[in-house]
Amino acid sequence: MRIILTIAQRELAAYFATPVASVFIVIFLVLQGAMTFNLGNFFDRGQADLNPFFTFIPWVFLLLIPAITMRLWAEERRLGTIELLLTLPITQGQAVIAKFLAAWAFCAIALALTFPFIISVNLLGNPDNGVIASGYVGCLLVAGAFLSIGSALSAATRNQVIAYVLAVAVCFVFAVASYPLVTDFLNRNTPILAEIARRIAVIDRFQAFTRGVVSVRDVTFFATFIGFWLFLNTVLVDQRKAD
Amino acid sequence: MAADGESALIEIDGLTKRFGAFTAVDSVSFRVARGEVLGFLGPNGAGKSTTMRMLAGFMIPTAGTARICGHDVQTDGVAARRMLGFLPEGAPTYPEMSVTGFLRFCAKIRGFSGAELDRRVDHALGLTRLESVRLQPVETLSKGFKRRVGLAQALLHDPPVLVLDEPTDGLDPNQKHEVRKLIQDMRAEKAIVISTHILEEVDAVCTRAMIIARGRVVADATPAELEKRHPSGKLDDVFRQLTTQKDAA
Repeated sequence: MRIILTIAQRELAAYFATPVASVFIVIFLVLQGAMTFNLGNFFDRGQADLNPFFTFIPWVFLLLIPAITMRLWAEERRLGTIELLLTLPITQGQAVIAKFLAAWAFCAIALALTFPFIISVNLLGNPDNGVIASGYVGCLLVAGAFLSIGSALSAATRNQVIAYVLAVAVCFVFAVASYPLVTDFLNRNTPILAEIARRIAVIDRFQAFTRGVVSVRDVTFFATFIGFWLFLNTVLVDQRKAD
Repeated sequence: MAADGESALIEIDGLTKRFGAFTAVDSVSFRVARGEVLGFLGPNGAGKSTTMRMLAGFMIPTAGTARICGHDVQTDGVAARRMLGFLPEGAPTYPEMSVTGFLRFCAKIRGFSGAELDRRVDHALGLTRLESVRLQPVETLSKGFKRRVGLAQALLHDPPVLVLDEPTDGLDPNQKHEVRKLIQDMRAEKAIVISTHILEEVDAVCTRAMIIARGRVVADATPAELEKRHPSGKLDDVFRQLTTQKDAA
């Protein structure tokens, strides 16, 4: 655990030592703010809740999180530091978890900086802050799910552009899997796949959180989902580290 | 060469690496005992770095095994890497970190903390003469300093086995001399493998030289013995003879 924290700490510090952190956070906040206020009619709705905020945040994540993860392993390879890191007395699993945790902590920091939204709704009305809290937990879990996908795909290719595009595509598939467009199509041909698609959809699970429902089943889903992708990540790092 | 099993800290058996149809390293076997400095020579692309990467557990061999202090680098990798100080090719470091920041990171991963960590880092900085740039970000350093940061990282934990891929590349003559002296000073209690293109370096620091060409070991002897293999008595000529012969074959 000490090793994981040491690596994660170094990773997180590296985000802030480069312009990556400031650019990401500023773009995230501007994009999320524009979506919530303009497309989401934050004020005109006349309701004291963060529903417009939560409606758009998975899509902002979909666009921006692969930008964090695309460099996760590709950058280590470009610099050659992967050879240094993986010849220190650590396991590959520790390196994978540490990098994931650092990226997740970074997302949590970006998410925490959306606090003015919470202050606004509390000033303007009497929102259910419990629902807001569970919505934020959901946001973190969606971020974790997308991060784990992106991290694994970053280990699969040397090329950062390919890593980004693949991660957006795969995240998109898991985001829309439960949409009628997908399930109706699958239902016509292979109903069993439609059922599976509904179960693995990330957005569906997230919407439960935004309604204030935190269920063990959904949390387990996200934990399993992240665990699966991190396992895949470890296998990919092992197979491709020296390519 | 005459390494008894007891003190052979590095044991490599039939190590082979194939990339598709290309065989980069072809069943290389050797042992290095405490007190030996093995100089790894060969033309570019001969398989030196690939062999070192496999020894460090970074690259998975197609066949064969490598052991460090009795620990297999593949099946017992963490224990093997604890005994190893490794300078990868090109001495990669995290560019945005300061010299001390980077060394403290490596020391923490190696399990040091508190006063012991400070002592280790200071000692490594002293050995590689990096005190003057200790707070500078690595990316602002010259090539020679970067190389020494990589070297300091490999020496932090005073490992019994050192594997250094071109430790003097990019250093000026004075710095080269210092690094060679450093290796000589450490020789007695360690097993050291260095790769180099500089043949005089082999004479200066190595107790044993191994020439590798096209992935195969073509010579393994003391530098003095190797020199006798050519009428001119120069290591240069021996090297050229052995490595170009293979190419023609």
